[in-house]
Amino acid sequence: MTRLEFMQGNTACAEGALAAGCRFYGGYPITPSTEIAEHMARKMPKIGGVFAQMEDELASIASVIGASWTGARAMTATSGPGFSLMMENIGYAVMTETPCVVVDVQRGGPSTGQPTRASQGDMMQCRFGSHGDMSIIAVSPASVQEMYELTAEAFNLADRYRVPAFVMTDEIIGHMRERIEVPDSVEIVPRRPLEKGALPFAPGEDDVPGFPAFGHGYGVHVTGLTHDDRGYPSSTDPHVHERLVRRLVGKVEGANREIADYEVTNPDAEVVFVSYGAPARSVAQAVRDLDDERVGHLRLKVVWPFPDFALAAFKNARVFLVPELNLGQIEREIARHTAVPVVPISEIGGELHTPQRLIATAEGYL
Amino acid sequence: MNYQDWLRADRLPHIYCAGCGNGTVINCTLNAVNQIGWAPEDTVFVSGIGCSSRAPGYIITDSLHTTHGRAIPFATGVKLSRPDLHVVVFTGDGDLASIGGNHFIHGCRRNIDLTVVCMNNYIYGMTGGQGSPCTPLGAVTTTTPYGCHEPPFDLASLAVAAGANYVSRWTSYHVQELTRAVKAGLETPGFSLIEAVVQCPTGYGRRNKLREAQDMIAWMRDHAVLLKRWKRMEEEGTPHDPTTFPVGEFVRRNLPVTGVPK
Ligand SMILES: Cc1ncc(C[n+]2csc(CCOP(=O)(O)OP(=O)(O)O)c2C)c(N)n1
Ligand code: SF4
Repeated sequence: MTRLEFMQGNTACAEGALAAGCRFYGGYPITPSTEIAEHMARKMPKIGGVFAQMEDELASIASVIGASWTGARAMTATSGPGFSLMMENIGYAVMTETPCVVVDVQRGGPSTGQPTRASQGDMMQCRFGSHGDMSIIAVSPASVQEMYELTAEAFNLADRYRVPAFVMTDEIIGHMRERIEVPDSVEIVPRRPLEKGALPFAPGEDDVPGFPAFGHGYGVHVTGLTHDDRGYPSSTDPHVHERLVRRLVGKVEGANREIADYEVTNPDAEVVFVSYGAPARSVAQAVRDLDDERVGHLRLKVVWPFPDFALAAFKNARVFLVPELNLGQIEREIARHTAVPVVPISEIGGELHTPQRLIATAEGYL
Repeated sequence: MNYQDWLRADRLPHIYCAGCGNGTVINCTLNAVNQIGWAPEDTVFVSGIGCSSRAPGYIITDSLHTTHGRAIPFATGVKLSRPDLHVVVFTGDGDLASIGGNHFIHGCRRNIDLTVVCMNNYIYGMTGGQGSPCTPLGAVTTTTPYGCHEPPFDLASLAVAAGANYVSRWTSYHVQELTRAVKAGLETPGFSLIEAVVQCPTGYGRRNKLREAQDMIAWMRDHAVLLKRWKRMEEEGTPHDPTTFPVGEFVRRNLPVTGVPK
């Protein structure tokens, strides 16, 4: 049974999180993400969850990580400037393998830029914004429906891989209203607890250790310093550091195929659009209007880890066209993985690509 | 349990310098926790970054050694999510008052049920003895080579003004008083700050004519003025010697709190 509702993207994000069992929200207001916090403030107390309006974004993500260590599914939402402030603690979450969900409703930057206009300018920041080598997971919804579904899925991915998972959305998706199907329940893949007696940071079979939640007698020491399998600081031994950081990166990159989620349209195409988030909507319209099997579309619902193998689905591709609301962030990532020419189609300032512009570009390559 | 049962034996020896005051504060805190009779599995220690913040690593409970200055918001997340857990924060004067200053005043304002034990050694110990927001006027540090010219924060008064329910200041000389203060802080619902002035012979003493740990302990004994006497002097109009500082219980009250079990 599903229920039909007319909902705003940010509300759908909050509702998806609640359906996934999120019971702690720590945040700080910033346009265009604020409706997520406001919705959480209304809903959390009614279901025994916690809404905390923290003093800034550093505190928001810190509180989320603290809550996660009690075993709770925990989330924060922000936008560009707040996202930048979170970076140090995001690295802490990576290093300590703390599952958590961070929603970035992207707006125009740099700096305070365009608070009410959309962008996809933070795609590299979520991947590389914190210091050191690391890997994270990022999903990118293209509709209000997907705001609900992918936010819920982000919690599963975060718990499964013990890593921060990002919902990299934007002002357009966050603020638009669409009809969505709200399911009775969503699939919940719970965090696997640490087996009693096992070492808290020992890799285990799939490089993801079980989770020793606080208050259950594990007596676990959690530190952002390089640590051994017991969790004890060991910050000068090159082998301990290399083994730990390679595992943290490898557990995500190695599961690339498992994590990947994308749609392929016209796999025999020669001219292929690659998109994620809001521009995927214009691409879908352009591909429909063109109605030509020589034009294809790879739509990414998971952007990080980057599913490089998905490009190979288009055996006849002569060019990849990449419409993004930035000056070419994922476009560069695509170019790293293919010998086929990759062409950015950039749109900054807050307007979405028109299907006409995309059609004209595609026709130029046919 | 004995307080020593709270120590993580397999992590010793610790990283503290010979004569460092932090060990005394850890002992006092564990004694207080032990006297109250909390179970280790219900107790969580949280800290930021600095010598003082290494303390949780030597304790057998669940613990979070976080980022510089952010211990209080991390602890806030733990406490709000599991109000039944007892959450104790170890921090330093730089961690608490400089990079973490905003979190500190908001922790007090929320009056969140945490006990914060600040080891105030007047400097940044871990990074090699730079000046902190608590460095006394005139004191020599590696970043105030001509003597500190900025007035210091008074952490205890700041916490009182910002709304904490329990605030005390003692020193590593006042072992009994300090233990009692931590115990009172643990037992008081809401935000508790226990400021413990400690000797850092390596970073502070060496540059300020207090080379040996015992020199600084003697200095604390001679310059700490009991709060009652301090206030009486004020009433009488007797000026305070600017090198002295008040110790004792600054506030114990019952303002509305957050983060307590319903
Ligand atoms: C964001 C950030 N800035 C700076 C540092 C470097 N740092 C490590 S410890 C420290 C000072 C610690 O001083 P304090 O809190 O007084 O603790 P103490 O070592 O004196 O006990 C600093 C600045 C850091 N780790 N992170
Ligand atoms: S540097 Fe100072 S505070 Fe740090 S361990 Fe040494 S004596 Fe203690």
